[in-house]
Amino acid sequence: MNMDLSRRSFLKLAGAGVAATSLGAMGFSEAEAAEVAHVRAFKLATTTETRQTCPYCSVACGIIIYSKGDVRKGDKAEVVHIEGDVDHPTNRGTLCPKGAALKDFVKSPTRLLYPMHRKPGSDKFERMSWDEALDRIARLMKDDRDANLLLKNEKGLDVNRWTTTGMLAASATSNETAWATFKFAKSIGIVGFDNQARV
Amino acid sequence: MTNAWTDIKNTDLVVVMGGNAAEAHPCGFKWVTEAKAHRGAKLIVVDPRYTRTASVSDFYAPIRQGSDIAFLNGVMKYCIDNGRVQWDYMKAFTNASYIVKDGFGYKDGLFTGYNEEKRDYDRSTWDYVIGEDGFAVTDPTLEHPRCVWNLLKEHLAPYTPELVEQVCGTPKDKFLKVAEMISECSTPTKTMTSMYALGWTQHSKGSQNIRAMAMLQLILGNIGVRGGGMNALRGHSNIQGLTDLGLMSHLLTGYLTMPSEKDTDFETYMSTRQFKPLRPGQTSYWQNYRKFMVSFQKAMWGDAATAENGWAFNYLPKLDVPAYDVLRMFELMNNGKVNGYICQGFNPILAFPNRTKVTSSLSKLKFMVTMDPLETETARFWENHGDFNDVDTASIQTEVFQLPSTCFAEEDGSLTNSGRWLQWHWQASSPPGEAKHDSWIVAQIFLRMRALYAKEGGAFPDPILNLSWEYEDENEPTAEELAKEINGRALSDVMDPTDPTKVLVAAGKQVVNFSQLKDDGSTMSGCWIYSGCWNEQGNNMGRRDNHDPDETGAYLGWTFAWPLNRRTLYNRASADINGKPWDPTRKLLEWDGAKWTGYDVPDIAPTAKPQDVGPFIMNQEGVSRLFVRGMMRDGPFPAHMEPFESPVENVFNRKMRGNPVARVFASDAAQLGTSAEFPYAATSYRLTEHFHYWTKHNRVNSALQPEFFVEISEELAAEKNIAHGGWVRVWSKRGSVKAKAVVTKRIRPLICDGKPVHIVGIPLHWGFTGSAKKGFGPNSLAAFVGDANIETPESKAFLVNIEPSTAPKDKEVNV
Repeated sequence: MNMDLSRRSFLKLAGAGVAATSLGAMGFSEAEAAEVAHVRAFKLATTTETRQTCPYCSVACGIIIYSKGDVRKGDKAEVVHIEGDVDHPTNRGTLCPKGAALKDFVKSPTRLLYPMHRKPGSDKFERMSWDEALDRIARLMKDDRDANLLLKNEKGLDVNRWTTTGMLAASATSNETAWATFKFAKSIGIVGFDNQARV
Repeated sequence: MTNAWTDIKNTDLVVVMGGNAAEAHPCGFKWVTEAKAHRGAKLIVVDPRYTRTASVSDFYAPIRQGSDIAFLNGVMKYCIDNGRVQWDYMKAFTNASYIVKDGFGYKDGLFTGYNEEKRDYDRSTWDYVIGEDGFAVTDPTLEHPRCVWNLLKEHLAPYTPELVEQVCGTPKDKFLKVAEMISECSTPTKTMTSMYALGWTQHSKGSQNIRAMAMLQLILGNIGVRGGGMNALRGHSNIQGLTDLGLMSHLLTGYLTMPSEKDTDFETYMSTRQFKPLRPGQTSYWQNYRKFMVSFQKAMWGDAATAENGWAFNYLPKLDVPAYDVLRMFELMNNGKVNGYICQGFNPILAFPNRTKVTSSLSKLKFMVTMDPLETETARFWENHGDFNDVDTASIQTEVFQLPSTCFAEEDGSLTNSGRWLQWHWQASSPPGEAKHDSWIVAQIFLRMRALYAKEGGAFPDPILNLSWEYEDENEPTAEELAKEINGRALSDVMDPTDPTKVLVAAGKQVVNFSQLKDDGSTMSGCWIYSGCWNEQGNNMGRRDNHDPDETGAYLGWTFAWPLNRRTLYNRASADINGKPWDPTRKLLEWDGAKWTGYDVPDIAPTAKPQDVGPFIMNQEGVSRLFVRGMMRDGPFPAHMEPFESPVENVFNRKMRGNPVARVFASDAAQLGTSAEFPYAATSYRLTEHFHYWTKHNRVNSALQPEFFVEISEELAAEKNIAHGGWVRVWSKRGSVKAKAVVTKRIRPLICDGKPVHIVGIPLHWGFTGSAKKGFGPNSLAAFVGDANIETPESKAFLVNIEPSTAPKDKEVNV
């Protein structure tokens, strides 16, 4: 990655240079120095820059995400700004009306925060712990597979086919997540398995 | 895409048909603007609506949705009749000279071998004459009456400009202008690119729409060259990746295919996947299938996959139907034959046709699991929202788990764009609340199931207990670990085939790319076409060298493109039979007398002599196919077929409805409407301010396009007394929606088969969750029928009726 001299660190360097040289050279008075000192620092100078791609259409524009905090240092990091990546050959820093509003997706009021559970016939979702949800899902799936996995067809040939549980995979997940999902779904015998490419 | 977004700047003519790139792919479309501004390229748009792409075009022609094949066949006929063919390319690089078996023919809208009862063809005559030497018989003079070229000319004969006007509603003069502009690209120095999207795929003959344009591009010599190609503009950021990785019912990774019940063991499976060359000396690259398949099985099941057990072939499920595609699954679900369903980042309540049926189907599940970063209508399909989701909550007995997942900003990994670039991205922020990575969620369900099988036993636990799951923290495989697995590594020392004393890849090392994969179990690779993405050089998907020598648009140092970092597929075809570029100013590759040199990674062996080895290395012929043999269910040539719901009859066969071999379930056949009852031709599309059903959760996008609407012409509005901005009800045989009417000049009635056809345009971005106003989607109305080859629903052409109405009502809340 050519991130060694990022825009952020460049701005920091430039800013420091200005402060060190011009203040003295131009003979600022104390009042002027105080005025300069209270000018707010460039907001993005204190953020972490991360190279990313837009998750919407398949142009896959390069974006830069500016976060408060650095996940790589173990911080809790929060997105403060997203903009186009000028180094990216396809979009060269530009974004469309969807990409330009990406921060709203990350911070949408309808982001899901907790596993929720709806009982049969109920009119509401209720909180459930991850452990409880995952244990129950694994149990439901195993019971269905044990009851309905077709081991052999009429001719006695191995078919190992599970048609009573199906899965749709997300075509906005990464290739790596997709590979983990593929291994999971195909190894347990799910055949009703598609992604958005089907529709 | 055969080419890349950045390559579009090299073109002379852009044809946008079956898509609307300016609105759906805005930043990619900027390369069209670039070609127009700096190369003097022209832009043609053929679409039922005067879209924003059309608004910046050099020429716009209207067309009735679902009639693209008639139009494209008409253009092909025009080019051939007027000698506008790149003859040397067509003769050298297509199967025009191949002789077809006697018996094959076409009459009354049907090819030879049709069986009405089975809704299928006997395709045995749709093939080449094979000589005694085992190779296909050809006539390079193209004089043989049964050669592909002459059969194609015969097949295209009816597609006159008059027929195009009758079927498509495109005025003859406009069609001729488009045909003339396209035909100019038959010279070796003029190139056209095709940019298409769901406007071509979402039809009961979607595959044939695309095939027709591919054939036109081959006749014009526009495949494999800079500024050319067939460029599918994929709809999601990683729809290309998930398909490459085989997350589909009929696929394994890298376009290896799922076994069927006929594949009784590994050798039987392999016997139909040998891909012997059909012409002497051809590459027929799928001859390496066994290497990729064995390496795949080793990636899945490690030591449990051995030569003795046929590489654990019996672990794979075997299909008894072509696919358990989503339409088949929801049909089964609606018949009470599915108990559980997982929706990972997928919103079928708004994505699949005939929403009433989709809701009814989900209501019959015992349990449903959703994984999303945002609320979806699917997770809340049981919740009553008045007119917007009119369900009887108490009667729905489905248990629902809504699991919160991370979004892109919160994870590492790669996405594959339309141009096949695998681009790595880095985590920028922390997940909110208790949201988790999808890979963690999937791992958790898997590990818990595996633990239950280890403890309790159960039905055929072997493929679960033996699934290779070797990650540092098995609870959460990292993106790096998974990417390395996809690339593949040596499991034991791989020796150099040219010097058996030398180790090519030491055990445990990453293979450099798929050329090092073996069929003896000594290598593993999750997805062969991605091999090279993370080898011993490191993460090639994270490369960020944006230099572009001579400004070809190739960017070989930017991330990684499959296969082998190749940027333009079939690039050997950019040069003539002797290896000289067709257009020296747009050189991609050149034969220097000993090897191929140039700006891209050659797609044939670097030392393969140009006269000997054809460019279409994945085909057994070494050339491309104008005649596709029996490989497509609905014909070896594209033929005009009407949508299942069409305002007019098929002029080739007035009794025939839709695609004659497309699968239609009985209950859905009963729900097809006629033009007497539903006179208007509806279509669906995206707006530039929204992405599917996601951005209605964003305040900015919801403010830009807050409310569901439908678009109609001024003529239809006057006829039905509909006011601009007034409420209308739009209904089909399957459902009803209420929307604001946008009365616009962008849509005009067409005259098809002698009668006026009105078009109703329905955008697809609203539901009952999020920040935007509640609304509906076109899927409430669309028909539950798919493409004959791949089962993509016919969401782009269906029939509706329309009338002035009142606002829809939300559920009354008593507080």
